[in-house]
Amino acid sequence: MTTIDTGARKGAGTRSRGTGKSSTALKRIHDRRLALMILPALLIYVVFYLYPTASNFRYAFTEWDGFLEPKYIGLGNFTRALTNDDIFRRVLGNNVEFSFLVIIFQTALSLLFAIFLLKTTRTSVFLRTLYFFPTILSSVSVAMVWQFLYEPNLGAINTILRSIGLDSLALSWLGSETITLRALAFTQIWFHTGQMMVVYIAGLQQIPRELYEAAEVDGASRWQQFKNVTWPMALPTTAVVMAYTTIQSFRAFDLVFAMTGGGPNNSTSILVTMIYSTAFAEYRFGYAASLSVYLVLFIVLLTWVQRRTLRTKY
Amino acid sequence: MFYRISRIFALTFFAALIIVPVLVVVFGTFKTDLEVMTKPLSLPERWTLDNYRTLLEGGRITTNFRNSAIVTSASVVLTLALASLASFGIARMFNKSAKVLLTLFLLGLTIPGATSIIAIYQLFQSLNLLNTLHGLVLINVASTLPISVFILTAFFQQIPNELYEAAGIDGAGPFRLYRSVALPLSRPSMGAVAIFLFVINWNDLLYPLLLITQADLKTLPLALLDFRGEYAINFSMIFTAVMVASLPMVIMYLLMQRSFVAGLTAGAVKG
Repeated sequence: MTTIDTGARKGAGTRSRGTGKSSTALKRIHDRRLALMILPALLIYVVFYLYPTASNFRYAFTEWDGFLEPKYIGLGNFTRALTNDDIFRRVLGNNVEFSFLVIIFQTALSLLFAIFLLKTTRTSVFLRTLYFFPTILSSVSVAMVWQFLYEPNLGAINTILRSIGLDSLALSWLGSETITLRALAFTQIWFHTGQMMVVYIAGLQQIPRELYEAAEVDGASRWQQFKNVTWPMALPTTAVVMAYTTIQSFRAFDLVFAMTGGGPNNSTSILVTMIYSTAFAEYRFGYAASLSVYLVLFIVLLTWVQRRTLRTKY
Repeated sequence: MFYRISRIFALTFFAALIIVPVLVVVFGTFKTDLEVMTKPLSLPERWTLDNYRTLLEGGRITTNFRNSAIVTSASVVLTLALASLASFGIARMFNKSAKVLLTLFLLGLTIPGATSIIAIYQLFQSLNLLNTLHGLVLINVASTLPISVFILTAFFQQIPNELYEAAGIDGAGPFRLYRSVALPLSRPSMGAVAIFLFVINWNDLLYPLLLITQADLKTLPLALLDFRGEYAINFSMIFTAVMVASLPMVIMYLLMQRSFVAGLTAGAVKG
């Protein structure tokens, strides 16, 4: 999301490549050959990525079961989703709650751990490696392990809770319409906090030491140092972390699908899983396509809002 | 004081939150299912390889493993080749279409692939690419090209012209410059992208789920879902399958922690 600085392209203005006498004709030949190098990638990308994305928008205006010809129904799908679909409303609420929990806690925790592990010591390097570890696993593997941990009768979490006398907290983590979504968010946070912590560490290392030294001279407490130095200086990193976490939380198809499949009773279904089941379990392809248009809109809107609020301050 | 204690507490807690599940799984693969259920946290009473034996004798997991290996390596190699060629082209082009092309690729970063699954399914059906491994490779390549082009273009744009001049091959065509100057220089960036691609392709569930239904073509994450159905709540077997599916990434991570962290973070931040 961040770093390509097209303005700083090396030699954008001074392209005298090679001998310095490259004529326009030579440039044109160069460009033609360069275009040939771009072509294969472009072709695959356009045919298998951009084209489906575009035709998805087209399908969104049709009623279609995936087999017969799509029937054009204008904005029908879009209005139905907003006015006459309780499941969509519920899923939207789930998605907001899930994303909100993940964005807030994952960002806060990764910042906290980054501050704790900023100094490079042997312990902190070990802990960074450990915290990052879940990132390399597949969502399906993570889902299966956590299904076991959350298992109500014999699962590790409830076993531990009971052994320390907290029987009342030993809940049915994956079978409840109220807490399962939170259990999923917890797993997602467990899964990716280490990755975002590494992003934060890279960001915090850019903050000049002198700022802290000056703050210490002024007798600033740890909290004041955080409030007046770390937080404002890390805002650009926070923007990156939040933007990525947002997209990640909207994309959490693999984890939700493998862990609960959206259940019980749609209480953990988020937009991506609803799109999948609407299309491939209910065969309402047109309607599912319109939901994915909403999804794109949400992501664009959220990213835009975050950029505005986090950038203007800095 | 308060700071120090809460720091130690928080760090230990999160460390345990990762170590304990890992140990439960690793030990679990050497236990009987009954033992997994009754004493999930303890060492195996008697270490047994029965779970691994049963899993491997079933034979399917080796097929799934092979499919994952084929699809992942083909996707990574193809994406790297196509993306580095294209990025070099974009970075070195004189005229303005380079910027347009880059924007076109960047578009793919803002639109998550999951939103176009319906159209992808439809397209693959009409091209007879459902239930083929090369179809899976194609969608992997297409969906990871944006991020790869993005990272590599940024890198190629940083190579100063002088380096091409110093190579002493004036008048050499772009492909020659790509091969003998840009490519050798880009090894670290390519490595980072390669690791990123390896991890996401190996772990992906969505596209295999969408495109593959035939059992002998399934990749590991997809097969894991079947195993769960089959072994119901036989967690020692499920853990063993999870272990086999994760082992290649875990070994690579332990061997090259730094490059892994760098590669996956680059992919994350720029994605």
